[in-house]
Amino acid sequence: AQQSKAKPQGQKTLALLLFCVLSGIRISDFPKHRAYDQIEKILKDDASEEKGERARMASFVGAIAITDLVKTTLGPKGMDKILQSTGRGHEVTVTNDGATILKSLHIDNPAAKVLIDISKVQDDEVGDGTTSVVVLAGELLREAEKLVAAKIHPMTIISGYRMAAECARNALLQRVVDNKENAEKFKSDLMKIAMTTLSSKILSQDKEHFAQLAVDAVMRLKGSTNLEAIQIIKKPGGSLKDSFLDEGFILDKKIGLGQPKRIENAKILVANTAMDTDKVKIYGARVRVDSMSKVAEIEGAEKEKMREKVKKILGHGINCFVNRQLIYNFPEELFADAGILAIEHADFDGIERLALVTGGEIASTFDNPESVKLGHCKLIEEIMIGEDKLIHFSGVEMGQACTIVLRGASHHVLDEAERSLHDALCVLSQTVNDTRVLLGGGWPEMVMAKEVDELARKTPGKKSHAIEAFSRALVAIPTIIADNAGLDSADLVAKLRAEHHKEGCNAGIDVISGSVGDMAELGISEAFKVKQAVLLSATEAAEMILRVDEIITCAPRKREDRM
Amino acid sequence: MALAFDEYGRPFIILKEQEQKTRLSGLEAQKGNISAGRAVSRILRTSLGPKGMDKMLQSPDGDVTITNDGATILEQMDVDNQIAKLMVELSRSQDYEIGDGTTGVVVMAGALLEQAERLLERGIHPIRIAEGYEMASRIAVEHLERIAQKFDFGPTNIEPLVQTCMTTLSSKIVNRCKRALAEISVKAVLSVADLERKDVNLDLIKVEGKVGGKLEDTELIYGITVDKDMSHPQMPKQIEDAKIAILTCPFEPPKPKTKHKVDIDTVEKFQTLRQQEQKYFDDMVQKCKDVGATLVICQWGFDDEANHLLMHQNLPAVRWVGGVELELIAIATGGRIVPRFQELTPEKLGRVGLVREKSFGTTKDKMLYIEHCANSRAVTIFIRGGNKMMMEETKRSIHDALCVARNLIRNNFIVYGGGAAEISCSIAVEAAADKYPGVEQYAIRAFADALDAVPVALAENSGLQPIETLSAVKSQQIKENNPHFGIDCNDVGTNDMCEQNVFETLIGKQQQILLATQVVKMILKIDDVISPSDY
Repeated sequence: AQQSKAKPQGQKTLALLLFCVLSGIRISDFPKHRAYDQIEKILKDDASEEKGERARMASFVGAIAITDLVKTTLGPKGMDKILQSTGRGHEVTVTNDGATILKSLHIDNPAAKVLIDISKVQDDEVGDGTTSVVVLAGELLREAEKLVAAKIHPMTIISGYRMAAECARNALLQRVVDNKENAEKFKSDLMKIAMTTLSSKILSQDKEHFAQLAVDAVMRLKGSTNLEAIQIIKKPGGSLKDSFLDEGFILDKKIGLGQPKRIENAKILVANTAMDTDKVKIYGARVRVDSMSKVAEIEGAEKEKMREKVKKILGHGINCFVNRQLIYNFPEELFADAGILAIEHADFDGIERLALVTGGEIASTFDNPESVKLGHCKLIEEIMIGEDKLIHFSGVEMGQACTIVLRGASHHVLDEAERSLHDALCVLSQTVNDTRVLLGGGWPEMVMAKEVDELARKTPGKKSHAIEAFSRALVAIPTIIADNAGLDSADLVAKLRAEHHKEGCNAGIDVISGSVGDMAELGISEAFKVKQAVLLSATEAAEMILRVDEIITCAPRKREDRM
Repeated sequence: MALAFDEYGRPFIILKEQEQKTRLSGLEAQKGNISAGRAVSRILRTSLGPKGMDKMLQSPDGDVTITNDGATILEQMDVDNQIAKLMVELSRSQDYEIGDGTTGVVVMAGALLEQAERLLERGIHPIRIAEGYEMASRIAVEHLERIAQKFDFGPTNIEPLVQTCMTTLSSKIVNRCKRALAEISVKAVLSVADLERKDVNLDLIKVEGKVGGKLEDTELIYGITVDKDMSHPQMPKQIEDAKIAILTCPFEPPKPKTKHKVDIDTVEKFQTLRQQEQKYFDDMVQKCKDVGATLVICQWGFDDEANHLLMHQNLPAVRWVGGVELELIAIATGGRIVPRFQELTPEKLGRVGLVREKSFGTTKDKMLYIEHCANSRAVTIFIRGGNKMMMEETKRSIHDALCVARNLIRNNFIVYGGGAAEISCSIAVEAAADKYPGVEQYAIRAFADALDAVPVALAENSGLQPIETLSAVKSQQIKENNPHFGIDCNDVGTNDMCEQNVFETLIGKQQQILLATQVVKMILKIDDVISPSDY
């Protein structure tokens, strides 16, 4: 009798919990048996404790709620989310990047935090697949919930999931294509990957254009994953199509007054030095004077010092000087007199990049000009993008660097475009290192699901239920992609599954035509590294949450009144 | 008793008046204390063993920790009750002393308390119980020594050590690649161990972690990693056969502690001061260069000018390196930490085979690897993991494994795990109980029952029938007079722990029993609790 009574109550709590997760109320806020706190009050006042079933339910519900939140952004027809910050100005971000959405959510549910964390790590590590990893982890947990309800021990589920994940990985490894040897083919692979990544983003309209941009930029890096050499400048105005890749380097600064606007065969000195007044750095030094004339003398000496410094800089035989710190009027004037282009207050990144690009070193002292390496470039000129003047360095020594100038209708569009492009660049640069490539469009998931299903049939014992559940969770991804595209997912996925039972099939979901298509022909590819990271992190996260049987929440730190 | 249990198994009070009570005395106090202690042990009970579950802890700042390490759970639990705090202390001292078995010790103490409660109800005086426990623990510890086996390993034969570390790791989330991690831990411990003196300084093993990658990418570095990069972006990223100058003085003009003022009142003075300043920087860099250093590691920051001069002199430098890391680098490279430029001599430089900068993932994270040190005593275990919680948990697990390996080097006696040692002790204590005249006999017998709690919890967590399994194993131990039988948690098919290679260290187990008994004795001796009424 007890059991039958508990069930409907459980369902009600589930709905209640879902509400809690979304509205940010902690479950412990609900009144419970106060007496419990009385005798066994081993925890502090506001701390709370969830045990066994309840704890598991809380984490399942939290994780599933997060999954449902980002689920709709998956795939080429995924929708965007508007995020409004609570800070001043209520800034608005429009995005469909999973990591960005999750990063900005304030969530109290600990299990949900685990999912947010994996998406963040995915972003840092491979740059793309941030939504997929959360969705897969969520689906794994959703399946696990059913198994737990069927009285299968979480530990059994975990060991099943582990076997399945290993099997799925091997299935992918068997089917990867590696075109490392063939440069031509590899480039087309990169192009396909870039297009696939971009197709789910705001840039999908001009994905060919942007894929070309991204591939060109990454190819210039020649295998390094250092994306710093790729600079992205956002300028509102124009349309996304007007975005372009510049082979040189663009610095978002103005040229000082009265200085040349165009220099050919420039010799550049990149510096990080004070060009206001050179302070005496010896501790405790101060100026004490007793008459006005002395003040003037010291001022003169100071000016003299600056003049000397400028002279020394000029002694390097340069015609362009870029400084990280401010350049005051006086030295600027001196530079202008000497016909030298002086750029002040370039930010740290800019300086480093410029030094990298032009092959010069960042200098701070100027006493021995013969040994300082100067940067070179063919041409420095002022260019106009939209209404802004920028400084353009072209014909630089190092071929690695380039600048992508993004144009777009509004800041929101540009921000999102930058995020999308960043994703694509990350994936591409990772693919250059790990050249293994898979097909996309739900193809890898179906391949994995098929193998995992077979494993389930071979495995005796309760574990096989968990392995089967793993395969169901994998199939959920193409299902969601189809759902998001407004297609009949049940029908499509069933067709897809049937196709996949043939040997060496390349079938995936063709969202554009709304049917099952050959992914190899359509040119939809994904990087193996991304898929592997998604699979492994999602399994790890699901495992972690499943292992929990108790949640202890400490009392939130009291905010002190600073008034 | 004023306790009842609701459907979730949580006790609640029927008598409302207790709310006002702030003073408990006599039996009431003892019972209150016991129930608080048991509540703590009940939380940890499900985390015991290879199939134990994890706990999710949310800190006051909202950070989430997922762990099944007893000491960590209790530390972060924000416990308020005094008795519960004692239990926290208990697990902590086990952690400090042994490093492993932090969950087991609390479960054991909880079981002892539970047994004590029954005896109290029978009217046995708490002091008599405490004394009985004391005697029993002595018997158990002696018995452990009898059943312990000497355990042979050498620098070449690390397999037994690896097996023991695997037992420790199997209860953690990292058990997926416990073999690899156990090997890493053992190698790390052996490379810093002083086998003659039988001592291991765990400070020489640095456990570093970086989010990202897979658990399988965790590696042992015979050297040190520093989470810093070169001070100037254009310095070389790789240095071979480096000579390191380890400095604790900043590359800045001197700042005497005494108050002083340098007055500038003439132009000449201004200029001399300036020259002085420039000379100062030159001197500093030149000194480093003169002694032949090829890498400068400094605890403090650099002035821009100094930085450039270093770069100019082709002298790579790392700034803002923490004190602990600095010491480790000094130990590993055989260098000396130099507090003043004047004291820099060629002998004080550290020597290292390879220094390289490595970057991770798509972010700009960079780390400095210092490898092939002159004195390779310091090692680093570099952990990678899917997310932050995973990594932290791996760190804790590795720490446990390191401690176990260290204990084995200190004292190479082992007992068998999986509850085998507890069951064997329980049999011995039970047999010895009858020889004691007096009331203590009951306490000793209760102690034997309490020892069963660990195998029972193991069996429960592994989804076995606890009582049936325990009684089967116990009878088997008596019948065959073999203390190697334990609970078959992993469903391997045999319950001979010798075959399963499940070991624990003798001192770890002894410490568990002794510590748990001590705390329980202390709790039993309290007969009055006066707490401030904050209601």
